[in-house]
Amino acid sequence: MTTTDSPPDAQPGRLKPPARRRNHGDTERGFSRVFRWITTGAGAFLLLVLAAVAVFLIARGVPALAASPEELSAKGGLPAGMDSLWDLVGPLVFGTLLAAAMALLLATPVAIGIALFISHYAPRRAASVIGYVIDLLAAIPSVVFGLWGGRTLAPIISDVWVWIAGVLDFLPFWTVNVTNTGRSLATASVVLAVMVLPIITAVSREVFLQTPTLHEEAALALGATRWEMIRTAVLPFGRSGVISAAMLGLGRALGETMAVLMILSPGILYSFQIFDSGQQQTIAAFIASRFAEASGLAVNVLIATGLALFVITMVVNMGARAIVARRKEFSGAN
Amino acid sequence: MSATTSITDDTGAVERTRALLTAADTGRKRTDRIMTVLIYGAFTLAVIPLVSLLWTVVVNGIERLDGEFLFTSMRGVFGGMDMGGAYHAAVGTLMITLTATVISVPIGLLVAIYLVEYGRGALARATTFFVDVMTGIPSIVAGLFAFALFSIFLGPGAKLGIIAAVALSVLMIPVVVRSCEEMLKLVPNELREASYALGVPKWLTVVRVVLRTSVAGITTGVLLSIARVIGETAPILITAGVSDSINFNPFDGRMMTLPVYIFSQYRQGPVPCREDAIDCLVNINFERAWAAALLLIIIVMLLNLIGRLVTRWFSPKLR
Repeated sequence: MTTTDSPPDAQPGRLKPPARRRNHGDTERGFSRVFRWITTGAGAFLLLVLAAVAVFLIARGVPALAASPEELSAKGGLPAGMDSLWDLVGPLVFGTLLAAAMALLLATPVAIGIALFISHYAPRRAASVIGYVIDLLAAIPSVVFGLWGGRTLAPIISDVWVWIAGVLDFLPFWTVNVTNTGRSLATASVVLAVMVLPIITAVSREVFLQTPTLHEEAALALGATRWEMIRTAVLPFGRSGVISAAMLGLGRALGETMAVLMILSPGILYSFQIFDSGQQQTIAAFIASRFAEASGLAVNVLIATGLALFVITMVVNMGARAIVARRKEFSGAN
Repeated sequence: MSATTSITDDTGAVERTRALLTAADTGRKRTDRIMTVLIYGAFTLAVIPLVSLLWTVVVNGIERLDGEFLFTSMRGVFGGMDMGGAYHAAVGTLMITLTATVISVPIGLLVAIYLVEYGRGALARATTFFVDVMTGIPSIVAGLFAFALFSIFLGPGAKLGIIAAVALSVLMIPVVVRSCEEMLKLVPNELREASYALGVPKWLTVVRVVLRTSVAGITTGVLLSIARVIGETAPILITAGVSDSINFNPFDGRMMTLPVYIFSQYRQGPVPCREDAIDCLVNINFERAWAAALLLIIIVMLLNLIGRLVTRWFSPKLR
């Protein structure tokens, strides 16, 4: 640019008085304008991609929605005895939500504990190391979690489930069935909980670290113990952050495929028998297990179930992000 | 003198007060101690699966992870034969991840530049929001999208590496945008202003000053996002299929990747062996799965480690 008419010596020719370029104020000229267009186009392209995901899923899912019951049961790849898409999608959504909810129930208290440990209990030097260790959990591929869950965890934890089922035996209205293989939704949920732990921890930790120091010191000065300080100053401040962290974790757990696929022995039922095999299945694992053999209308059926998963996760994620975004503006003003 | 005597006189009162306060506080102290134990326990509870997982993968995988495993494919390997490896899967992982990176990094970087340097108004707000939302797209949905997109041009049966790369890009672009944005924001405004003051046009300022200052951070972000998608299984399973042969061309034919290899070996399960069979190993498929898992974890950890070291070594010293 400017160097074209300057001598190629050690001093770059940028010290010469700016020529007519600056006379036009800050209007963009030449490639600067093109560059703005390119980057703005990239931003718009990103939104286009997200829209395209929705559009393509809808376009390829509609044939399954529009198909008649006869067509669906004949070549829709539905399990035996089903003739409507809702017979399939209903139990799958139920299984997905149940697995994710149980994972969240297990993971959130532990994640809050770890986040508090890092932000308020551990020594400063140890805290960053611990944060790194938890991030390490997030780096492990889901298929390795599935392998570990199916080969190592399931045989061990099945004893625990048998024991819990024995304890719950007194319930008069609910017979608890339990499998000895450990290939139940409960095992899958434990692995899902381990997998969503890092994201819930990371977001909660950030929020807890933002607690105003003055609030904490005021609580301590009033004679509060460390836990009372956390209960009165840190947790109320971080409540919305923890909620959105849990929702982000929920989004992850809803869409996780491999851990469920490799651990759970599936069945398509509305069933709360979480310790038994052959009861529930999640959407993502169902798609992954059926996709290779599917053709024609069966593919459309799978994409329609994928659309249901997409809608659920989008709603959860947008809710979580909206809470985070609102909070960002709020705490930025303070 | 008088002060000391008064204190010794008051010792009884101080003791009484202290006793009173301690007695009143036992309940609160107990709660505090219980919560401390619980919080330490929560941390221990999270470390147990991590240690168990790493330990089992290393113990089970180290035996088979040798030269033969790294440099042979599964072509012509069947039953319980004590041979075969993950070379084809390593090649596929390399090609698909590389293609996804080539697609994602330019787009992600441009979006990040847009958000940091130009981002104002409704489009920028929408982009910021939906980048965050996109990080939550389930990986299998990204796979379905890529499949649906390519089935328009190639018909429903197409299984290619490039489709998997597109699916991974959908997952990777938001991660690249988010990390690059953070890095570009760290560049001090004084550098930009100094550049403008010298009459450098804006695009050249971005390319030569902003990007050059943050190149270490951007490299880290890219490496971490690669580490993030290299372990994806489900989208590749439904877009690039399963293969036993070596394939370097993402535009032609099925491709295997390490995660899909782990899954397919796991799914094949134990091999039924005849009792008098000499070279038949019952658990050969699981052994291969563990070895490939160890290889994958090593790759992911190396990417993470290199990513962090790059920032430490090459970040500009702004002092």
